[in-house]
Amino acid sequence: MSTPDFTHNQARSARGVAFKALFALCAFLSILTTVAILATLLYDAVDFFAAVSPVEFFTGTEWVPSNEVYGVWPLISGTLIITIGSAAIALPIGLLTAIYLSEYASERRRAYLKPALEVLAGVPTVVYGYFALVYVTPALDRIVPIGTFNAFSASIMVGIMIIPMVSSISEDAMSAVPDSLRQASYGLGATKFTVSTSVVVPAALSGILSSYILALSRAIGETMIVAIAAGQTPRMADLTDPGGMFLESVQTMTAAMVQIGASDVVGQSTEYKSLFAVGLTLFVITFAMNLFSEWVSSRYREVYR
Amino acid sequence: MSTETDTSDMTEGSEPAFGRVSRSKDVAFRWLTLAAALLGIVALAALLANVAVDAVGWLTWDFLTGMPSFSNPYDAGFYPAIVGSIALMLLIALITFPLGVGAAIYLEEYASDGYLTRFIQLNIANLAGVPSVVYGLLGLGLFVGLLNLGFGTLLVAGFTVSLLILPIVIISAQEAIRSVPDSQRQASYGMGATKWQTIRNVILPRAMPGILTGTILALGRAIGETAPLIMIGAPTAVFGVPNSLFSKVSAMPMQIFTWADRPEMEFQYGVVAAGVVTLLVILLSINSIAILIRNRYQRRT
Repeated sequence: MSTPDFTHNQARSARGVAFKALFALCAFLSILTTVAILATLLYDAVDFFAAVSPVEFFTGTEWVPSNEVYGVWPLISGTLIITIGSAAIALPIGLLTAIYLSEYASERRRAYLKPALEVLAGVPTVVYGYFALVYVTPALDRIVPIGTFNAFSASIMVGIMIIPMVSSISEDAMSAVPDSLRQASYGLGATKFTVSTSVVVPAALSGILSSYILALSRAIGETMIVAIAAGQTPRMADLTDPGGMFLESVQTMTAAMVQIGASDVVGQSTEYKSLFAVGLTLFVITFAMNLFSEWVSSRYREVYR
Repeated sequence: MSTETDTSDMTEGSEPAFGRVSRSKDVAFRWLTLAAALLGIVALAALLANVAVDAVGWLTWDFLTGMPSFSNPYDAGFYPAIVGSIALMLLIALITFPLGVGAAIYLEEYASDGYLTRFIQLNIANLAGVPSVVYGLLGLGLFVGLLNLGFGTLLVAGFTVSLLILPIVIISAQEAIRSVPDSQRQASYGMGATKWQTIRNVILPRAMPGILTGTILALGRAIGETAPLIMIGAPTAVFGVPNSLFSKVSAMPMQIFTWADRPEMEFQYGVVAAGVVTLLVILLSINSIAILIRNRYQRRT
């Protein structure tokens, strides 16, 4: 809120009110969008749950839409595998990158590195999916026997895509750590390593945590990479073989949606409506994570501002 | 590095509270963080080099101006997808620019700092994190199902992707408007200008380079979106250019997705590589325009 408008000319303020109303309408459109998302998802999801019991949907361990078997767990399991795989890549690398940018890099180097990192997030995901399928999978196949479609190369690509999300938000948090904390630590004879890992990272922890949650949420919602490279095989994770489950094809929630969306299922079928039930599940999960991340980062803001 | 302590002259008793100071650990950590910062960039560069090499021989004039094919890779063309993407982008720009700037003006210049404003702000931040495939479902349910604008038409695709990038446009326009110094607003009011006159004559001209940069970057994002197009039933290939808002439209990423599905090596390592290079070149040109605008503006201030 800036300076108030002190003018009292009637004709002028009538026009002013009209413009204000117009701009307000634009802003309220965002709320309308959220309502519309919820309404469209719920509208068909309610129909779906009239045909398929929610108990079957949320507890079922088999997803075979062609046979009218709708248990969402294989899709959630596939999504979790990709999320864990990409997190294993993006969270440590993103954090280390943020430490480099915030604590080690010169002003000049940072000016080149930050935009270069942002390119990673700007590459269309269909391109990453293609890279995973055509270059990464054959390269991995030379080391371990791996399927044409597998969770491993998809995870690598999703991980690379979300690195900038972790690094840029974490770096903001680390830059906000007051310099006096660093100076105090140096005064005690600490090295830069100790200052970074024992002072800066703990002090910026809530910002880092918030970037992690946001990145995981992005990984859960990522669609094209997994639809192209991870394949379309809905299956439950075999927990007795943690390494093996990355080597085979999985289907995530988003990939299942693409599969149904790209096929010619018609408007009133249960399969079409299952799209909205899966979409609603995905929306609720990511929305909750985004809110949680917002909450964590707002808590951190209170500390240093 | 001047603050580092030399370990050589330290006796056991004067050890600092942080434990033994290790210079080698410090140097190793510095290299580790640098390696992490470069890892993603190097990986992407290697993949880009691969795809560029594979595209050689396939990225021809016939490819750029020909119609798509799924049977003969040597006949496959990208023309309808390129024109479709550009038409889609223009439509999205026409929708998101006024809406995004309007919303940003309201939030920055008019709205009071109350619960409602904070709620709208939080809502916009959340919308920016909604998966794009969910926006596709919104388009399918609302524009195709309820408003009956037709599967995969230019209009439906435009509306759907517009809603998807609108939060990004609003957030970047807000940042641009916020960076206009308050003294300029005060000066305008001091001259007797109304709020609208101040916005039109002072704030918008000052914020415009920032707003344009943000909008163009968001359009770059829009051009790569695939999942929402699949959801709203965009055709896997069209054999003509769109000539009305109700024409069926395909787009570059959509065409790449359907070609990548073909098992033939000529498609996977040739045609798709050429498509990917074309998409990235167009994307890069768009982003360069944004960066040019930003740099010109930064030099002036």
